[in-house]
Amino acid sequence: MGLAAAEAHQFHVLAVDDSIIDRKLIERLLKTSSYQVTAVDSGSKALEFLGLHEQDDQGAADIPSLSPDNHHQEVEVNLIITDYCMPGMTGYDLLRKIKESNVLKDIPVVIMSSENEPSRINRCLEEGAQEFFLKPVQLSDVNKLRPHMLKGRSSVDMEDQPNFNKKGHGTNTSS
Amino acid sequence: MDAVAQWRNQWFDYTQYLRREGFLDDQFAQLKKLQDENSPDFVVEVVSLFFQDSEKLFNNMAGALEQNVVNFKQVDAYVHQFKGSSAWIGAFRLKNVCINFRNFCEAQNLEGCLRCLQQLQQESSALKNKLENLFRLEQQIVAAGGSIPMME
Repeated sequence: MGLAAAEAHQFHVLAVDDSIIDRKLIERLLKTSSYQVTAVDSGSKALEFLGLHEQDDQGAADIPSLSPDNHHQEVEVNLIITDYCMPGMTGYDLLRKIKESNVLKDIPVVIMSSENEPSRINRCLEEGAQEFFLKPVQLSDVNKLRPHMLKGRSSVDMEDQPNFNKKGHGTNTSS
Repeated sequence: MDAVAQWRNQWFDYTQYLRREGFLDDQFAQLKKLQDENSPDFVVEVVSLFFQDSEKLFNNMAGALEQNVVNFKQVDAYVHQFKGSSAWIGAFRLKNVCINFRNFCEAQNLEGCLRCLQQLQQESSALKNKLENLFRLEQQIVAAGGSIPMME
């Protein structure tokens, strides 16, 4: 995919929150900032959307399989923003699963929480979260997301990319 | 033009009253900023969603408090959820009741919890009323050909 096409392409954010009101607000905040948004209500739905399947999870037996190949990233996601406190898989659990995945680990993750707990914040940042936003999230917070957006990712089968295992945002050769 | 000025003045007075009495805080103004031509009914939609959701939460809280052995952690979880939603729309008084409510949950004080639930329901009802008034004023301004002022 050429650079021109990549730049014309809006950044796509995956938002994860079990609360319908929070989802609506986050979606609006992101759209106001010109991001494309997909909002889901759980960590497992997020992983499903990203093309990752929880084969090792005991409770996830009934997740329908979207793709036959679980290493194939389905859609282009430039950033994931997730609530911390969710039933089942917490935002922290989701963060860990993403960072443990070869295919997904470069996607920046931002955590949101209504609780201002330093130990929680540190844990998330140590696990690789880019930012931690306190709810209610403000437009000024969303403005901080731009520099973190994952660039140069194209929606192709990652296994075909010679560089796909490399860290960083280097799949686009032109800048 | 007279009609617009009149409605706008009423709007200003009313929003000042709501702020002064603690029905709404700054966060509500932030919410309004998210409304634009692309999403002209955003605030009304969020507010409706909030009240719908709160009905469910109140029922859940009541149900949990009726149990023979009350699961205060569960009640606290519902209150936490409600507090979060209240914060998003700037429902200052509701947020404060939630803080008390959570303290009673932690202390496993059933009476305190029941009182707080009642307070939440009353405050919620009052806020719904106030917001309906506010939205009606805004409709009047628009109907008279004016534009809704920004919230300071």
